[in-house]
Amino acid sequence: MSGAGLLDLFVHFAALSLLAIGGALAVSPEMHRYLVGERGWLSTPQFNDAIAIAQAAPGPNILFVTLLGWQVGGMAGALAATVGQLLPSSLVTLACWRWKSAREDAPLVAAIRLGLSPIAIGLTASAGWVIASGASGTDPALWAMTAVAALVVWRTRVNLLWLVGAGALLGALGVVG
Amino acid sequence: MSAAAEPPAGAPQARPRPASLTELFLVFSALALRGFGGVLPWAQRVLVDDRGWLTREEFVEMLAFGQMLPGPNVCNVALMVGDRWFGWRGAVAALGGMLAAPCVVVLSLAVLYGQVADDPVVRRALIGMGAVAGGMILGTALRLATTQRGRAPWLVFGSLAFTGVALLRIELAWVVLALGPVAVLAAWLANRRRGGGAAR
Repeated sequence: MSGAGLLDLFVHFAALSLLAIGGALAVSPEMHRYLVGERGWLSTPQFNDAIAIAQAAPGPNILFVTLLGWQVGGMAGALAATVGQLLPSSLVTLACWRWKSAREDAPLVAAIRLGLSPIAIGLTASAGWVIASGASGTDPALWAMTAVAALVVWRTRVNLLWLVGAGALLGALGVVG
Repeated sequence: MSAAAEPPAGAPQARPRPASLTELFLVFSALALRGFGGVLPWAQRVLVDDRGWLTREEFVEMLAFGQMLPGPNVCNVALMVGDRWFGWRGAVAALGGMLAAPCVVVLSLAVLYGQVADDPVVRRALIGMGAVAGGMILGTALRLATTQRGRAPWLVFGSLAFTGVALLRIELAWVVLALGPVAVLAAWLANRRRGGGAAR
């Protein structure tokens, strides 16, 4: 991949970075339009595979961006896409966090803490719900596994890897799903 | 129930904290590498329950901040945790730990993926994992909701966020932009009515 192409990739993902409220998946339609439609660097199946792989693999889902960059331009492409996607939002986050931390007793900061925390909890529950309903569909056995996993995490400190392993095993054996 | 090394009440300087940038990097690597289907449950478990670096309230606060700002939530939390003890170098170490090792795993899996993507056993295993991963994130939300005891009216905002994003499938950014300012304004007014105290 040419230097100009890499720069283009970097700049485009950096511009999307500040729009990615709630994570990079929020701007994935725009990434698809750019990489598949406008540039023709990737096919739609390649694009969808990148998202599926990053979600199945351990680690933050943002790594689908790394994978997209890798498919477009190898190691240099992976770096350009990942750094582009993360650098602007990270700088904004750090700046806001430091602003807030320097004013713990200010009325606005107290209001942010009180007002935004319940929304954060609601959004976290939403993320869980969306993932669970995508996987479980209308299958009662899968929903039962979702409920058990939720209960275990909520009420106990059992090692969570057992839960993931049990889910994979019961799924693979065809006990559920 | 940690029996040993329980600090006496009211000794904030005795709070556990990462000893070095290396420890920060390794702890974030380890928790990210276990995060199948989502890192958030592991971040809560390791940073709050296991290590005690953050209280549950502090974790919710960082998460709330991370969600309102651009960028992936857990990556934003990593930046804040690192910055808290080691400044920008800590932020880089925590975020680097979160990304480096999983990055290698993801790229390796990409090579393998073409061969197994259509295997029905693999597909079923991934569906089973997805059902559990979703449940783990729901359970994490319930665990974090215990920080809101005595603030029941505020959970209206949480319920509205859930209704908008999970049930109505409205784009998250719109829900955040609509609910966030209203909730902060309501909280500001409530705090002022209570006598200007920055109630915690």
